[in-house]
Amino acid sequence: MLKQIEGSQGMAEAIALCRPQVICAYPITPQTHIVEGLGAMVKDGRLSGCEYINVESEFGAMSVAIGAAAGGARAYTATASQGLLFMAEAVYNAAGLGLPIVMTLGNRAIGAPINIWNDHSDAMALKDAGWIQLYAETNQEAADLHIQAFRIAEDLSCPVMVCVDGFILTHAFERVDLPTQAQVDDFLPPYRPVQRLDPANPYSIGAMVGPEAFTEVRYLAHQKMIDALDVIPRVAAEFEAAFGRAAGGLVRPYRTEGAETLVVALGSVNGTIKDVVDAERAAGRAVGSVSIGAFRPFPLAELNAALAGARRVVCLEKNLAPGLGGALASNVRMALRGQAPVHTVIAGLGGRPITRAGIAGVLAAAAQDALDDLTFLDLNRPVVEAQLLRAAGLRESGPIAENLLKALNPGRVERVSPRRMQE
Amino acid sequence: MTETQKVRFYQTGTHTVGNRLMEAESRTVQASPERSNAITSGHRACQGCGEALGARYALDAAMRATGGRMVAVNATGCLEVFTTPYPETSWQVAWLHSLFGNAPAVATGVAAALRVTGQHDVRVVAQGGDGGTTDIGFGCLSGLFERNDDVLYICYDNEAYMNTGVQRSSATPAFARTATTPATGPHPGNVAGTGKNLPRIAMAHEIPYVGTASVADLHDLEAKVTRAMAIGGARYIHIHVPCPLGWGAAAHDTIRLARLAVESGLFPLIEAEHGEVTAVKPIRRRVPVEDYLRPQKRFAHLFRPGHEDRATLAAIQATADANIRRYGLCPEGQE
Repeated sequence: MLKQIEGSQGMAEAIALCRPQVICAYPITPQTHIVEGLGAMVKDGRLSGCEYINVESEFGAMSVAIGAAAGGARAYTATASQGLLFMAEAVYNAAGLGLPIVMTLGNRAIGAPINIWNDHSDAMALKDAGWIQLYAETNQEAADLHIQAFRIAEDLSCPVMVCVDGFILTHAFERVDLPTQAQVDDFLPPYRPVQRLDPANPYSIGAMVGPEAFTEVRYLAHQKMIDALDVIPRVAAEFEAAFGRAAGGLVRPYRTEGAETLVVALGSVNGTIKDVVDAERAAGRAVGSVSIGAFRPFPLAELNAALAGARRVVCLEKNLAPGLGGALASNVRMALRGQAPVHTVIAGLGGRPITRAGIAGVLAAAAQDALDDLTFLDLNRPVVEAQLLRAAGLRESGPIAENLLKALNPGRVERVSPRRMQE
Repeated sequence: MTETQKVRFYQTGTHTVGNRLMEAESRTVQASPERSNAITSGHRACQGCGEALGARYALDAAMRATGGRMVAVNATGCLEVFTTPYPETSWQVAWLHSLFGNAPAVATGVAAALRVTGQHDVRVVAQGGDGGTTDIGFGCLSGLFERNDDVLYICYDNEAYMNTGVQRSSATPAFARTATTPATGPHPGNVAGTGKNLPRIAMAHEIPYVGTASVADLHDLEAKVTRAMAIGGARYIHIHVPCPLGWGAAAHDTIRLARLAVESGLFPLIEAEHGEVTAVKPIRRRVPVEDYLRPQKRFAHLFRPGHEDRATLAAIQATADANIRRYGLCPEGQE
């Protein structure tokens, strides 16, 4: 059924159609509307057979989900940013225990300085926690990926994180086609745990493992991810057959044929990138793009195939690995095996808009082989250089954010460093 | 005990009524060959481990109370480590370990899963040491309490982080030596006036049941676990379990020390329902705190020959006296 609906509400309705049995809710912007929507559905009876638990923290949320999944229930939660970091220990634990929890991550920056807007710092911080990470381009895909996520998670006994760009998707009203309950029931059978807490079969779950077997346990975790490289596209294909539209999968090439420059990105920014690609193609320039649908497991072979033939690859990524560049580019280089140079463009941090003009500028520089290995899109260079100059003079680590605000608002922010007061 | 059994039989030195002198139905779960042995033999606890005893006592009682229809959730700590060195396990109950600080929340999730999958008869017991309960797991535990989730949480309190090598927790008593509160300087041992009383914090949540118990009083411990399993909602039992390693005590003194803690008034045995104290276990033979402290090396700095720290001993005695007054532990004017 077509609805003009907020992204979060669309996801909530899709998740409800998956008949989750335990939902753990803790508020953090920008995912809150999803669990609010689910809470309302549990409360008014539209979503029955579901325990909705208001927990005391994100650490509690993931821990309740762990207990619920180990107890034999289909468990769901959502978080973002600081919340993901606060539950980090339990995120790893859920994967180690092989529990098919599905979690929405409303992607958001990580502080300090505190920032509630979108980037992928949170997802990248936990990219190696043993969870499958799927990225949605649109609100339709955000809804559809959740339906696939439960299938993938339960097929593999592996938790799945559905990454949706905070505000850009969670708070945007778009047309979303929501399936019927019967359609989802056909696609997603009831949860049948491989192993659960059962008095009749008293397993010990979560035992200590020493050096004699730990490497083997970790190897098997890797192998599960390799298996996921088969399961994710298979589930996406089954979804398309059942629901009549494409969603999910490992990589999604766009007008890559004959492209000299290919832009690689995660999530909603691919919409903007495709518009730029169309404009570039219309102007006769050989540009294409590849959207990565699954960042973990990382589709090395599929990406290599999608990028084959390009003269250069530009990774447009909403995260920063300070001291290195970007996590996406590092991984893409693994896939390309040196076949073409990979440029990193850090963009959209803390919610800064990524514009078509900005991307077009990057492509223009790339076409002239004038793009640096690492570029910060739309960086206000005078401001950072003034701060660097000041820092060099003072040798004082300190409130960088405050100093930047001073630079941006001359005369409106006054603060003298303690060291200067002594001078 | 039955109505006809008015006389109290003691066995000198233990103050326990021998099981052979009791009616069969009054005997302890531990005395029964039918006991579940929730933690079976072969585990790797130290000799004289109070926690191993306490956990077996408590879980066997819970298993009997539920007819075996229960599952256990465990925090990280000694109890988890010594029972489950992969690929072995001592647990004869369905058992889940996740993390150090999340056992209450995991138990909440398990209870929710059992409810939503229609297994209404299966109960959940969560357990952890004092560090996992009073410190790192405290936030999750408070959440469990305030939501009144259907879980019995048991804290085995040996008054420090023993698994990591005897560091101070918020349950470490004043003046006790630990690896992080060494017995040096002008104020040796744990700082007085710190720490938290978790049974009272649990009571402040007004949950259906709070009990304190000791491995020295098996009947009382089992009765409290049985009582707790007869109630729904959030329940909390705090069991005092001496640690020979951490306390610097002889392995054969575990039960004696646990009893002296109770009889000195330092560890009151109480029950509370919905925030109100409903029962206290009177002290049968009151002893000075010195009797309890002296056999423990963690308090050895109070008893240096020729330099006994009378002021500190008086302060600890005052704590015990305050407990006795607060709960009326010596009702026959023995104060």
